Amino acid sequence: MTIIDEEIGAPHSGQAHHDEEPKGVLLWLTSTDHKIIGKNYMYTSLVFFIIAGALAMLIRTQLFAPNNHFVSQQTYNELFTIHGSMMLYLFAGPFAFGGFANYILPLQIGAPDMAFPRLNALSYWLYLTGGISMLLGFLTASGAAAFGWVSYAPLSSATNSPGAGPDLWIVSIMLVGFSGIFTAVNLVTTTFYLRAPGLTMFRMPIFVWNMLVTGLLILIAFPVLTAALIMLYADRHLGTHIYSVAGGGMPVLWQNLFWFFGHPEVYILALPFFGMVSEIIPVFSKKPVFGYKGLVFATLAIAGLSTGVWAHHMFTTGTVLLPFFSALSLLIAVPTGIKIFTWIGTMWGGQVEFKSPMLFVIGFIVVFTMGGITGVLLASPPIDFATHDTYFVVAHFHQVLFGTTVFAGFGGFFYWYPKLTGRMFREGLAKLQFWLIFIGFNVTFLPQYLLGLQGMPRRIAEYLPADHFTTLNRISSVGAYITGFAFIVWMANMWISWRKPIPASANPWDGHTLEWAADSPPSHHNFEKLPPIRSQRPVWDMNHPEAADHKASHNGTRAGNIEKSEKSR
Amino acid sequence: MKSERGVYMLIGIFFFAIMVIYFLWSGEAGGSVMLFAAAGLGIMPGLYFSWWVRRMPLRPEDRPEATLAEGSGAVGAFPSNTIWPFVLGMGSALTALSLVFGAWLAVVGLSFIISTALNVTLESRRGGSI
Repeated sequence: MTIIDEEIGAPHSGQAHHDEEPKGVLLWLTSTDHKIIGKNYMYTSLVFFIIAGALAMLIRTQLFAPNNHFVSQQTYNELFTIHGSMMLYLFAGPFAFGGFANYILPLQIGAPDMAFPRLNALSYWLYLTGGISMLLGFLTASGAAAFGWVSYAPLSSATNSPGAGPDLWIVSIMLVGFSGIFTAVNLVTTTFYLRAPGLTMFRMPIFVWNMLVTGLLILIAFPVLTAALIMLYADRHLGTHIYSVAGGGMPVLWQNLFWFFGHPEVYILALPFFGMVSEIIPVFSKKPVFGYKGLVFATLAIAGLSTGVWAHHMFTTGTVLLPFFSALSLLIAVPTGIKIFTWIGTMWGGQVEFKSPMLFVIGFIVVFTMGGITGVLLASPPIDFATHDTYFVVAHFHQVLFGTTVFAGFGGFFYWYPKLTGRMFREGLAKLQFWLIFIGFNVTFLPQYLLGLQGMPRRIAEYLPADHFTTLNRISSVGAYITGFAFIVWMANMWISWRKPIPASANPWDGHTLEWAADSPPSHHNFEKLPPIRSQRPVWDMNHPEAADHKASHNGTRAGNIEKSEKSR
Repeated sequence: MKSERGVYMLIGIFFFAIMVIYFLWSGEAGGSVMLFAAAGLGIMPGLYFSWWVRRMPLRPEDRPEATLAEGSGAVGAFPSNTIWPFVLGMGSALTALSLVFGAWLAVVGLSFIISTALNVTLESRRGGSI
């Protein structure tokens, strides 16, 4: 494999020279290397995650007691708006498709970089400036946006939400949206055109498949949001009446456009993390993934169905075709169920090692399954009518989204941390972090299901003692503080790993896929030498030739060969 | 290339079918248009790939038995370090923020964008560096 420095007119072959590569801040500003951009995305999104998590602590403190005046009602509205917006637009998505995908995907397909490195760098700068623009809202006289992360019309009109804060929110989401679109173009092109010889589509790691499908979903969903935001801005400042009844417009049009983005967005956030889970479970079970093609087609089915269910968020508007959206929403449970069964099937009969990445993944399966089942309930219009806009919905989507982005996300973080940094983390602290999050998270959100069923509406800053919501809210807030403490443990783990490093080998987990054939961290264009690719697990084949998958497919069962491999150890 | 075509066509055909069912059942225009656009996003590149599938031999990455040696030669042209994506990003952000803080900011932002257009072109001719 040869990589050439870009030189139009007189291309030459030969290894690129990077001796004069800048250092420090200049490297951060100028790099087009997917690994540096991926790390930039990851660290930036984690900073946004910590800020958004701190906002959640303020929200839970306000709700700790009835008639509380810890923050004003206006500030409370700003807090939950920016908490949701940061978590969804600035953390969950960019952490996965900006951070992990950027770093891991080229390595997993044996590519030297992303297909469009300059566009990749531009995506990051648009993301960073977009994120900062959103936070700038807190410094304006009117305060930050306060209309929820969904920005429903007419609440988001210039009359109901005046000032620069909401405009900064609109601009911020536009910038982050373009960043996402550019990243998606890069992911799809890289997957289609830069795979190593022999790495056919049906040999790609499941993570790569999931990122490909996520990229396609982004290309479907994000342009709709950008168009909707431009129209919202026009309504606010240019005198149009697209979303206002006064001028002949339709407020519910915003909901249609927003959720045509918003529901695929949920899967844009979830699919990359499903991909991580599908990488971690086989490695820590010492088995190939069970039902590879089933997982691939389930991913495609989830992507398709998720784009056809946008109006299930709008059942109570009375303007949508209930049976159509209900039926499609219920159908999503089928491919999602297939995934959960294949993950369990992969563990079944394997030699499961309960290292911290695996613990996080098992935590994900537990939490996500609960969130998924309450999603099936909410897909039924009669139940949705009763629970719409209550804490039942808040608990549901936190179980789904926290389950994927935090449990699976930190599973992926710890799994690839040695590859990213060339260092190991402290396993004990990672396990402590897991248990604190698992306990804290469930103590926070399980009471919220009960609060929702008792009728507590979401997005209220205060409740009365007579409402009898106090005890459950207190339990929920204590759970949130435990969860918050878990991230202090994580930061301590990272600090210790930074100050007292334990070097990591190239393949500390006995991983299966190509990134584990590269150094930790990989060199500039990733690979000195690739192993032959004859199955879905080329690095396993290289390290365990007696139990190689391609031999198994010719000579017998994989299970038999795994036993052979274990005996030979 | 056949699998790549398959992914796009599968998406396109699925959305087209959903669009037809939804439109006939609900008669609602907005959602139908969005589903039609989503179908187009699958079918257009799918047809482009179909055109190529018939005209080019299988690539090494499409053949299960391909050897690594078959992938030798130039993989692609990758730029080294460059400041211009950063400048373009700042220019785009300032131009977008002019929607909030006034048109004067767009003058600054657009100057960044234009200078990036010029300098990236020159950089490519030079061979790519800061």
